[in-house]
Amino acid sequence: MNWLHQLFNGPPGTDPSVVWGYWVAAVLTICIYSFLYKDNPLYKFAEALFVGIGAAYWMCLLYHETLVPKLIQPLFFPAEGDSVMWIRIFPGILAIFMLLRFYPKLSWLSRWSLGFIVGMYSAVNITGFGQGDFVTQIHATMTTALRGVGTGEIILNLIAIVGVFSVLIYFFFSKEHKGALGGVAKLGIWFLMVAFGASFGYTVMGRVSLLIGRMTFLLRDWLHLID
Amino acid sequence: MRREIPLAITFLIGIFMLVDFFVPHHAVSTSAEEMKQWGTIVIAASILLGVGNLIRVHFHKIRRRREGWGYSIVTLAIMAVMFAFGGPWGTVEEGSAFNWMFLNMQVPLQSTMFSLLAFFIASAAYRAFRLRSAEASLLLIAAIIVMLGRVPLGQYLTRSWPQAIQLPTLTEAIMAYPNMAAFRGILMGAALGVMAMGLRIILGIERSYLGGEK
Amino acid sequence: MAKKRFDIRSVDRRIIFTLIFVAVAWPLIQPMRLPIDVSPPVQTLYDAIEEIPPGSIVMLGGDYSPDTMPELQPMVETFIRHAFENDLRVVVACLWPASPPLVERALTPLAEEYGKEYGTDFVNLGYMAGGIVTLLGMGASIPNTFPTDYGFGAADIPSRPVGEIPLMQEVENFDDIAFVMEVSAGTPGTREWIQQIQGRYRVNIGSGTTAVGAPNFYPYVSSGQLTGLLGGLKGAAEYETLVGFPGDATKGMDAQSIVHALVVVFILLGNVVYLISLRRNRGAEE
Repeated sequence: MNWLHQLFNGPPGTDPSVVWGYWVAAVLTICIYSFLYKDNPLYKFAEALFVGIGAAYWMCLLYHETLVPKLIQPLFFPAEGDSVMWIRIFPGILAIFMLLRFYPKLSWLSRWSLGFIVGMYSAVNITGFGQGDFVTQIHATMTTALRGVGTGEIILNLIAIVGVFSVLIYFFFSKEHKGALGGVAKLGIWFLMVAFGASFGYTVMGRVSLLIGRMTFLLRDWLHLID
Repeated sequence: MRREIPLAITFLIGIFMLVDFFVPHHAVSTSAEEMKQWGTIVIAASILLGVGNLIRVHFHKIRRRREGWGYSIVTLAIMAVMFAFGGPWGTVEEGSAFNWMFLNMQVPLQSTMFSLLAFFIASAAYRAFRLRSAEASLLLIAAIIVMLGRVPLGQYLTRSWPQAIQLPTLTEAIMAYPNMAAFRGILMGAALGVMAMGLRIILGIERSYLGGEK
Repeated sequence: MAKKRFDIRSVDRRIIFTLIFVAVAWPLIQPMRLPIDVSPPVQTLYDAIEEIPPGSIVMLGGDYSPDTMPELQPMVETFIRHAFENDLRVVVACLWPASPPLVERALTPLAEEYGKEYGTDFVNLGYMAGGIVTLLGMGASIPNTFPTDYGFGAADIPSRPVGEIPLMQEVENFDDIAFVMEVSAGTPGTREWIQQIQGRYRVNIGSGTTAVGAPNFYPYVSSGQLTGLLGGLKGAAEYETLVGFPGDATKGMDAQSIVHALVVVFILLGNVVYLISLRRNRGAEE
């Protein structure tokens, strides 16, 4: 009886909206898991809810967290003591141009906004990838051999350097992988296979963790079978 | 002019952002800072575009009574309810109906949807993971060592072995050396590709983002 | 009619699903409490945070969504606890829209437990669209990039301009941030923080990522661009062990162990069956 009471009312002092929330969450969880038996209307209903709530959530949050403080307030409702930020008219116009994509006759204006974003992203990616993923990684590779504590670590570091070079050689497709080049590329494949095996192991871990999370919710928060 | 002006905008903004990276002058950094705020506003609009497109697609589906149109009604109806609670007149803060719907409907739906993958990956491991070649064997051995080494069971099973060959030690060695080396090679190759593509876009050589129409 | 022979190669996948379900549920109901060893990347992260002087300001980058909560929420909770234990002040900034309420879910009980005050000891700046552009904006000025905060529902504090928040008076850019803990499920996330912020502004960044993404970040750990890495639920459990407060991640490790062992059995069994059938086919051909 005590367990049944807890199931429908939660632990003492629990707000009814919290208990309702657990029940709604549990029912929706079971709707999704019904797909494991076979595809069915309950799953499709839950899927439709998922798409709708996610889209609306993002839309509302964008309005309150980005557009209001950065566009609407500075232009139309500046804080006391602040002047109107007229310069924000330009991104406002670009934002409207982006939304004109819905109207075929004016959709060409959205290219101006796209050009702005694409130009910005291309430039920051050039410098970001160049510094973070290229120069620093080359530096780390070339100084790796110097960083061993014992013989074992130095040998492993040298193996890592060989690994980096052989993988880079493998991805060099401008020349046919024959002879010495082919041999090094083959070594690169072996390093890649070890890395992908490790990635598979981690992927299994990641997917199982999500299931553990849902099980914990169902058994603890909803059914109160575990602590 | 419908393609030339966007290409010019791409070029000017791209060059300006590159200059901002290399030139620490106050005039450049102040202008660049404001430009970045513009970027967040325009990106917000592009995301709204995506949401608007979703509404349009489901609307058409309902109008033309395509297969599954009933579920499109569900999607649009729940969007309308969320928007009624969290729109310009509403609030997205903790304790609001909007927030309650997010935490008790979106969170479990999204979490559960992705947790289905655990079942499918186990099924795929049984049906598809085959020792067809030497490379596949290498992949399999690495996968098994990592899968057992990354859980407490691996440590427990090999606790009486020498430290150097205990499963967690082998796992860390795999991750820190061959795995690191392979992914470093991939990172560097990808970085070269991104830099090349970025330059092509800024210089107007790559124009696919403008679409096909004139 | 001949009885149909059981063919292990074509087992109904729902049997596999049921075995996985039991393998997860049983250890949660009957825990084994296997000891958890700590890996070097997690130890590095823990040690780096321990060395931060009390009173310093640290940033928590919440860049995840509900589907990755089981792995990343324990990391967020443990980091906040670790920061509050060491008297560090926390500024939360999110590049993913779903993150602010999830981080607030972690902040609410811990703020009460440690007697921390919103606006003075911690602040949640909420979400800002833009990804790497937002990161670059933060590098120049964090208050300009996040002009308002998310508020704190537990104390009925609504969203307000950051200029009115005492803690934000001391934060202009990354010169004022002692450490960034980036908890990320994808893009924008750890990689973008490293590319745009770590190299440019020389701030220490530690990362908690999903298990799926973790192998990709080992080059950054090796090069020193990342000061520590928590990979998946195991990484979260190791961090909980070091901080001394076992939570959901630690509780989940028993189930993780059993399921991993089961998947290894599936792989080995599948390959034994495959090799036997290969041999039979070769024999039949001869």
